[in-house]
Amino acid sequence: MASLPAIKRLHGLALQMTAPPLARALAGIGAALVIFALFLSATGRDPLTAYAALFSSTLGSRVGLSEVGVFMVPFVLTGLAAAVPARVALINVGGEGQLYLGAWAATGVALYSGLSSPWLMLPAMVAAGFVGGATWAGVALLLRSWRNVNEVISTLLLNFVAVLFVNIFVFGPWKNTGGFGYPYTADFSPAATLPALFGTRLHLGLALALAAALLCYLVLGRTRWGYNMRATGGNVEAARRQGIPVARYLAGAMLVGGGLAGLAGMSEVAGIQHHLRSGISSDFGYLGFLASWLAGHNPLALLATGFLLAVIFVGGDVLQITANLPSAAMYILIGLVLFLVLGLKKDRPQAA
Amino acid sequence: MSTVLLALAGALSGAVGPGISVLYATYGEMITEKAGRINLGIEGSMLMGACFGFAATVETGNVLAGVLAGALAGMGLSLVHAYLVVFRNTSQLATGLAVTLFGAGVTAYAGRGYVGSSIVGLDPIGLPLLEQMPLLGKALFRQDLLAYAAYALGPLLWAFLRYTRWGLSLRAVGESTSVAFAAGRNPARWQVGAIAAGGLLAGLGGAQLSLALTHSWSDGMTAGRGFIAVALVIFGMWSPLRAMIGAFLFGGAIGLQLQLQTIGAPVSPFILDMFPYVITLAVLAVWTGAALRAMPEGLKGVLKGTI
Repeated sequence: MASLPAIKRLHGLALQMTAPPLARALAGIGAALVIFALFLSATGRDPLTAYAALFSSTLGSRVGLSEVGVFMVPFVLTGLAAAVPARVALINVGGEGQLYLGAWAATGVALYSGLSSPWLMLPAMVAAGFVGGATWAGVALLLRSWRNVNEVISTLLLNFVAVLFVNIFVFGPWKNTGGFGYPYTADFSPAATLPALFGTRLHLGLALALAAALLCYLVLGRTRWGYNMRATGGNVEAARRQGIPVARYLAGAMLVGGGLAGLAGMSEVAGIQHHLRSGISSDFGYLGFLASWLAGHNPLALLATGFLLAVIFVGGDVLQITANLPSAAMYILIGLVLFLVLGLKKDRPQAA
Repeated sequence: MSTVLLALAGALSGAVGPGISVLYATYGEMITEKAGRINLGIEGSMLMGACFGFAATVETGNVLAGVLAGALAGMGLSLVHAYLVVFRNTSQLATGLAVTLFGAGVTAYAGRGYVGSSIVGLDPIGLPLLEQMPLLGKALFRQDLLAYAAYALGPLLWAFLRYTRWGLSLRAVGESTSVAFAAGRNPARWQVGAIAAGGLLAGLGGAQLSLALTHSWSDGMTAGRGFIAVALVIFGMWSPLRAMIGAFLFGGAIGLQLQLQTIGAPVSPFILDMFPYVITLAVLAVWTGAALRAMPEGLKGVLKGTI
């Protein structure tokens, strides 16, 4: 199916599973914090108090840490959605849209499957979320294999379509009639909610995300599949001559990536929201993509970068209250971290 | 039937206005890509142009100052991309997205005080006689100054790329940096210039959006127009004249959507909102082989056998 473009992918880049060295990553983060401190001072805030609040509110308390874990779930899963296709040199920027479709499909099962046991309901929702996300990635895959449409552009544009697609349902047929007019679906039954952990908002989705990261690491790094994927990503033609079914690996990596982003959507509705609503994701898909890039597409390093972005994300919420700092400012800090960590490395010239 | 015709006529007359901001961004991205670089950060540059163009207009009361501020803000953001990809060899796609995210943060922060402000924006100016042309007269010749400038810019850019020394240098760098270097050009300088020019034009597009089309600023108001511009560059096969067709197609999709909404078509408004993205994707899927051949050599490493 994907054979034609696959043949043309002679310039495929070997995307290696290499995270930036820790020292350089820390230097980049440090430099970003210094620049952001200048910004805070310039806008009349005390950077030291702000940073103290940022770190104590996230790393210094049980609740804070649990909130960081809550946001790690979508960052890690949508990060894997970029990391797995990156092994075969496909670039999936559609985690955001795939997350929405996963949430939508899982919600369909939660509201209309009629399953009453959580032992049936939750696996069904996981499966639906995975298939929903994979289907959305599949659209980009089809456009690529049939019409040579680059997956970067198609996945980006499909993100906007996915948000609108969910809106059709939450403003329309799925809207909760008793919901005071808000664009929410009805709340899920207890069987359709992921169990909370430690009496916090943290939920079983974190275990799902950690397991997925570990599994991806093992499959990509330690198995024949992973080896074949790396060969496909490095040089399609050479891989084909070795007898590797490259079309299957290209398609499989993209679909699994989409499915993992779909799981992020499923976790969000089943673990946090307990219903589907308009705009369930605050750019999680984009942040996950960038977390994966920061991690050099290494699933284990992604746990660290996902954790870092989650700390900034949660800390931003706290600073909004304590330092009267609009949440938008956190995107400035995240942008600075990305620029500096990506930019401190003087890479060999690379195309992508 | 008559409602459909009415909607199509309305879409036609409304196709130009919403297309102009995208057209500027498409010109900008085209210059960048002609030099062999891709910048997904132009979505952010458009936001910068929309936000700072609007804020400067509110502060100075002078819309031309706003246009200038918007263009410079768009260019300023693109310089971050230029530095990172040209001098630090970072991944172009990841860097562009990070730049867009950063631009979204900066504009959401800086634009807080301006949500809901009112301005005297760029108003449509009718061109005498031309305006009275049947069918397209009003659509094309009752527009704002930036729209007229955009009409002129297409042919100018085409001629610039094709016939001038600078245009040749730019294209040479986009085809092969090593050959261009051997021919005495400094590829890094040309690429930085091309990315900056791209950001400037995207900023102008953003300014047109907030100053002429909506007369307002809101967070994330570009809604992916920068990404659509990236797609339209491909649809336009790296030619400014074809890009104009693409931008008006996009504008037509928005015009049709608004028109159907106004006449109360029994369709979910969210389906109508999908039009611009879906039509852009469809158009991209239809035009492939020819576009692939027209791609600057330097981009092939990024887009790898696809468009």
